[in-house]
Amino acid sequence: MPTKSFREAINEGLRQEMERDDSVIIMGEDIAGGMGSPGEDDAWGGPMGVTKGLMPQFGRERVLDTPISESAFIGCAAGAAVTGLRPVAELMFVDFMGVCFDQIFNQAAKFRYMFGGKATTPLVIRTMYGAGFRAASQHSQCLYPLFTHIPGLKVAIPSNPYEAKGLLIQAIRDDDPVVFFEHKVMYDDEADVPDEIYTIPFGEANVSREGDDATVIAFGRMVNLANEAADRLKESGITVTVVDPRTTSPLDKETILETASETGRVVVVDEAHPRCNLATDISALICENCFDDLKAPIKQICGHHAPVPFSPALEDLYIPKVESIEAAVRELVGKGH
Amino acid sequence: MRDIRPIVMPKWGLAMTEGTVLEWQASVGDDVSEGQEILDIETSKIVNSHESPVAGPFRRIVVEQGETVPVGALLGVCAPDSVSDEEVEAYVSEFLDNFDWEAASEDSGPEPEFADTSLGRLRYLRQGDGDGEPVILVHGFGGDCMGWMFNQSALAEEFTTYAIDLPGHGGSEKNVGDGTVSFLAESLAAFTEAVGIDRAHLVGHSLGGAAVAALALLRPGIAASLTLIAPAGFGEEINIEFIDGFIKQKRMRKLRSVLETLVADPALITDDMVEDVNKFKRLEGASEALEALRNGAFADGVQQYLLNRKLGEFDAPMQIIWGRSDRILPVAHGESLAEGAKAIILDEVGHMPHMEKSGEVNEAILSFIR
Repeated sequence: MPTKSFREAINEGLRQEMERDDSVIIMGEDIAGGMGSPGEDDAWGGPMGVTKGLMPQFGRERVLDTPISESAFIGCAAGAAVTGLRPVAELMFVDFMGVCFDQIFNQAAKFRYMFGGKATTPLVIRTMYGAGFRAASQHSQCLYPLFTHIPGLKVAIPSNPYEAKGLLIQAIRDDDPVVFFEHKVMYDDEADVPDEIYTIPFGEANVSREGDDATVIAFGRMVNLANEAADRLKESGITVTVVDPRTTSPLDKETILETASETGRVVVVDEAHPRCNLATDISALICENCFDDLKAPIKQICGHHAPVPFSPALEDLYIPKVESIEAAVRELVGKGH
Repeated sequence: MRDIRPIVMPKWGLAMTEGTVLEWQASVGDDVSEGQEILDIETSKIVNSHESPVAGPFRRIVVEQGETVPVGALLGVCAPDSVSDEEVEAYVSEFLDNFDWEAASEDSGPEPEFADTSLGRLRYLRQGDGDGEPVILVHGFGGDCMGWMFNQSALAEEFTTYAIDLPGHGGSEKNVGDGTVSFLAESLAAFTEAVGIDRAHLVGHSLGGAAVAALALLRPGIAASLTLIAPAGFGEEINIEFIDGFIKQKRMRKLRSVLETLVADPALITDDMVEDVNKFKRLEGASEALEALRNGAFADGVQQYLLNRKLGEFDAPMQIIWGRSDRILPVAHGESLAEGAKAIILDEVGHMPHMEKSGEVNEAILSFIR
């Protein structure tokens, strides 16, 4: 199976869906790049080069460079989706989403409901999240809990290039609005990614490690840290189940509860700020449904309740570490025998 | 140098570029026989015993336990006692001096090709360039051409070999028609036409065994010989819980326990193999194809295509290889065969003889078709 980067996996997923279905269009700031500037066409492919090569193949009709106005082009994409297109809009940083919350929360998410099921909104919003890019507090947040909160939106957080391609194709084919989160420090991560088209269903968690002593539930980039912690712990005889829910809406509650009950010791890892995030949500879910199976209190490993710092030293401190996951598991394993 | 026989890092499957020596089972001084399990090798996909391709006194370990080297690198040396230690040392240093480590690490080996047949696009892996009739290898339900990773290179030393992805599998088109063995046989016939083969040694495993047998009946003259490994088609009974579990289970732990019924020794099933099955099922159309085969070839939970009454109609010699501990298709199907077919029953082997006892199966195929 060929090895591809996260960037290449997303690009390939977009290209294959655009080849298969003429109604798929993409739009966003500088996703082709060069328009109206002295630079050559397709100079950019978005700030991370993810969409490079799509404009020459599909043309300006289907690859739309937009003005720097998120409220305008996200609203435009939602409207286009209702008329029958399948727009994939790239909103550079999720931190900028605030200017178009009405378009997303109150319009796109609710069209199906408000029109009594007569309208669908097959819209995908691709966006970057996460810390570690030295991009300071206005470009480093993990705002997926906000979108998970809103009924009518679906939220996907791929944890590696293989997951990214399969989840993206699924997102494009979904008839509801999907917010698709890409961690900005993961674009060069590599994995085996099939050349063929494949889909990963929403609401189906991936269990990437199977163990007996503890269950670590992690999201997006944190899944890789959890896997590494599990591999390290295995060397000292502690086996850990790692669960990647893949999508937070819909959420695979069944696998989360099943794996939590199996080991009775749970660590939830979420890079987002700690209040009202996914770790609190998952912890509540487990407490409510399988409290009797728990052998120890649930541990949450999260970012801090503070803006992501610009200082590199402080930013590094902000992000959850493999070591902290490992330590949390060791602490839990000492309990409940 | 005379009579010195190298043991090199084998290539198990397309993705393998290097392997780690886990444990030497042979010690220097042992008299090694061909096919004897001589060392355990770990790749990113699998852990397996490597069966010695050569015979003779084992003289020298070149790669120690725990070391990782590229495919083709010298692991150890066999040589008769008449060869001096100095000659063995000279051989080893010459090999090491001439081995291109960089090229070996980067060499990805043969790439799969595609045949556009009248019944759709089929992927296949071609290896070897023997002059005689080629060998066609056909995997079973849910497998692909990589299932022959322990066999194809060995056969390719003497024969041109084609390992095919059946329709619905691997990189082939996912349309499986009505999901019957007859459709698979017609696809194989279309494949032979597309690549220009009019006669071949047919080797099929499980569902692929029934498919190549059906091909031989469909196209008289096409089979130079038939080697059927734990084949379908010899009785109604099949472990349909395996088929249904293979289709339905997704979580690693549950799918693993399904896949473990394939083999006598569950350690052969690695996490990567389980994950690869999940990845295959997510390919567009793959799950639908498996369902269609389930509802075609194994409708009502029993085998629909039966060869028993057609055994007299084959125009080529046939041998059957079966594992005594097969939990998918009962070995009794093989034992009750009519006269005329050669049956080899292997002890402590499950449904995957060509993986579980690859050396013996390779030897059985080669001596049958030479």
